[in-house]
Amino acid sequence: MSMTNGNSTNGQHGKDPVLLVVQLSGGNDFMNTIIPYAEGIYYDSRPLVGIPEDKVLPLNDKVGFHPCAGGLKELYDEGIVAIIQGIGYENSSRSHFRAMDIWHTCEPDTIGTEGWLARVIREFDPEGTNPITAVSFGRGLPRALAAPNVTATSVGDLDNYGLMSSIEAEQERQENLDIFKRMYTPAVGSGLVMDYLSQTGRDVIRGADILAVAPERYTSEVEYADNPIAQSLRDVARVHTAGLGTRIFYTNHGGYDHHAQEVPTHAKLLTELCDGLRDFMQDLRDHDAAEEVMILVFTEFGRRIKDNGSGTDHGSGGGAFMIGERVAGGLYSEYPPLERTEWLNDEDMRHTIDFRGVYSTILQQWLHLDPVPIVNGNFEQINPYVKVAA
Amino acid sequence: MVLTATQTESETSQNTDDDLVAHLLRRAGFGADSAEIEKYAAYEYDEIVDRLVNPERFDDVEDDLLGRYYPHIAANKDNPAVWNGRWIYRMLNTDRPLQEKMTLFWHGILATGWTKSEHTPSMVNHIEMLRTNCLANFRTILVELSRDPAMIYWLDNNENHGDAINENYGREILELFSMGIGNYTEDDIKNAARAFTGWTFKQPLPLYPFGHFEARFLYREDDHDDGEKEFLGHRGRFNGEDIVDIIARQEATARFVSRHLYSFFVADEAQVPAWSIQAPRDPDAIQTLVDAWFESDADIRHVMSVLLRSDFFKEARYERVKSPTEFVANVLKISGDYRYPDPGLESFEGTLVAMGQKLMDPPTVEGWHAGKEWIDGGTLTERVNFAVETLSDTSKPGFRELIANLEACDQPVSEGIFVDTVLRHLCRLEVSDETRGTLQAHAITQGALDFDSDREGSEKRVLQMLNLAVATREFQFE
Repeated sequence: MSMTNGNSTNGQHGKDPVLLVVQLSGGNDFMNTIIPYAEGIYYDSRPLVGIPEDKVLPLNDKVGFHPCAGGLKELYDEGIVAIIQGIGYENSSRSHFRAMDIWHTCEPDTIGTEGWLARVIREFDPEGTNPITAVSFGRGLPRALAAPNVTATSVGDLDNYGLMSSIEAEQERQENLDIFKRMYTPAVGSGLVMDYLSQTGRDVIRGADILAVAPERYTSEVEYADNPIAQSLRDVARVHTAGLGTRIFYTNHGGYDHHAQEVPTHAKLLTELCDGLRDFMQDLRDHDAAEEVMILVFTEFGRRIKDNGSGTDHGSGGGAFMIGERVAGGLYSEYPPLERTEWLNDEDMRHTIDFRGVYSTILQQWLHLDPVPIVNGNFEQINPYVKVAA
Repeated sequence: MVLTATQTESETSQNTDDDLVAHLLRRAGFGADSAEIEKYAAYEYDEIVDRLVNPERFDDVEDDLLGRYYPHIAANKDNPAVWNGRWIYRMLNTDRPLQEKMTLFWHGILATGWTKSEHTPSMVNHIEMLRTNCLANFRTILVELSRDPAMIYWLDNNENHGDAINENYGREILELFSMGIGNYTEDDIKNAARAFTGWTFKQPLPLYPFGHFEARFLYREDDHDDGEKEFLGHRGRFNGEDIVDIIARQEATARFVSRHLYSFFVADEAQVPAWSIQAPRDPDAIQTLVDAWFESDADIRHVMSVLLRSDFFKEARYERVKSPTEFVANVLKISGDYRYPDPGLESFEGTLVAMGQKLMDPPTVEGWHAGKEWIDGGTLTERVNFAVETLSDTSKPGFRELIANLEACDQPVSEGIFVDTVLRHLCRLEVSDETRGTLQAHAITQGALDFDSDREGSEKRVLQMLNLAVATREFQFE
């Protein structure tokens, strides 16, 4: 079986480029992540959740990181974090469900049936040769990775991954797995869900055989914190450093829906996330496995400009991060204008760059794919990658 | 199956076909063992439905026995796993199966979670509120939901003030709990939010040193916006109850809830965000439920009664992917375990989490994505492994009964009877010809099953066949 697929043209070591997507679920408050601390209107609008100027970690004389984003600030100071300000799309949805769907499928007006990353998998591995071309850590497969006839592997517990693992007699277990494979043969006319189940079952057997080596091969000096996002990032590192041909990693950090009690909740989440990302990059560097990885951190929407007395309601105009050794760090796009006359619907931040432009940038400039059929159109790109010396 | 005059006397205690009863109990309950199927099959089908939709005719489960037998359960009131274990105990032992199933149904739609508050007593009361009202008029359900402290905190209605609205609850009651997106305006949301200002809860005692105490609903007139509101074309000084009354009269509400009922009890529908664009699988069935809604003025008991008696329900065999809770409860029913207050129930919360459904803690207010989306490589592995591991304890009553049934057959047991007996044991699992063929072919390779000549070997073979049968694709459905 071929373990590497797709075009190898990018990584400096001749390694295939890898994308890690970190999803912040619930709608991360961009305005309190990258804080316009020099603007009086910020403090006027957010008497309760506003971060005092002397606590902000400044990036320049206009904006700065949330005080708990120190881990990410370290990477920013190294010049490997691109901050995409004001990312969004026209008529941003305020429904978590729908907004996440739009980000996953690039279909703001209809219900998409194909995830954008599933289309990437199809490009990399059209025959479905490697069931772990894409691996998601956490419960359930995100829509971004789902499309008909595309395989992606979802791993809950990397250390105990495999079917019928409780059967101790290896010969009987093997016999059962052989029969399982026969029973999970797609049959004509058995229906879409049954076929999906068949494919999933057979992929599990193949994927488990491959993934079993990852925990065995991995050793590390880095001690990740004991929280779900840090542990998920450690799982990504374990599989990536095992060199199993995975091109897309996906993981999720939940809890950003802070309508209330935003101050303590957001601080805790940003600490977990930003420290986790810093530790992850360190781990990859220790393994000489950082060059070929780029991280995209996104959320489904930003939040309302004014706080509601305890937190913030669903809004628009969020932010994203692109992180990697080959990323030219800095601020990209424009911070959404804060003058009251510029507010969207008199309460929201405007988006200043379409998320599909950022996807297109990653697809074309990092993964070397034609972005148009993946994001359903032409969108203006940015140029966040360091040129490799010829 | 209707009885005919030619049937023998030994069959006359049966009035409904076993397979239909098994189907009904899989959907309106959590599956059944053969004794339970036999018990229900003694009644005419309509009588069975009557028994299911009128749970108060039967005694409730004495789940507080668990606390009396095992003091650590009673002492761990702040641990949701203990309460989720108790809920599973109820699912296994109730004489009111539809009540527990409807509670789970509403929990998925009116999704309220533990994570934000970490306040277990209020979540326990929330589930009990759903249980009490699960077959009530839809107005009662929404009003009780709006007064429920766990929900009030979950969607920030305690932050929704007369002079500063927080529209979270006003939005979700329309988008997710009743009408669905596209049937109301942003102004309707704001006015619904205004109507629910002042609906809050009394602060419970602080956590330390005694643990959490339950919160109570509190209506604060001084924090209620009593001004005139416009809502879905109506105008008045509406309070929350008026909003609920208007919602319950909307055709959109009847359609939205009916589609949820269809998806949960009949056949998996597309995920909710697609509903405003994609037609239902069976528009006639939805219309039947909508008609039942309006002829009873939104009485859920009546709508369920119509649903369970309908032909579209009876014919929809194995058209739903079991949710993790349904899967776990079904496997435990088959194992015959936990029919008495035994320790260990709290461990099943972790099992459910690994399969993607933490009870009392849905991932978001949208509840869980169901159907096909329960299945991916990770969750399929968890499901198969849980079933195999649970049913591999050959000392459990379910397995002993299966052995007894096979021993009672003429020896040696033919491969056809062997496979059929094992499948019947799994709440009368129906499989494709291909699956049956694969299982029978395996039975043939091992020669005749004969308890008279090789007891121990035969038991091992039954165990393996059982493991294979619960690993089938078909067992993932109900």
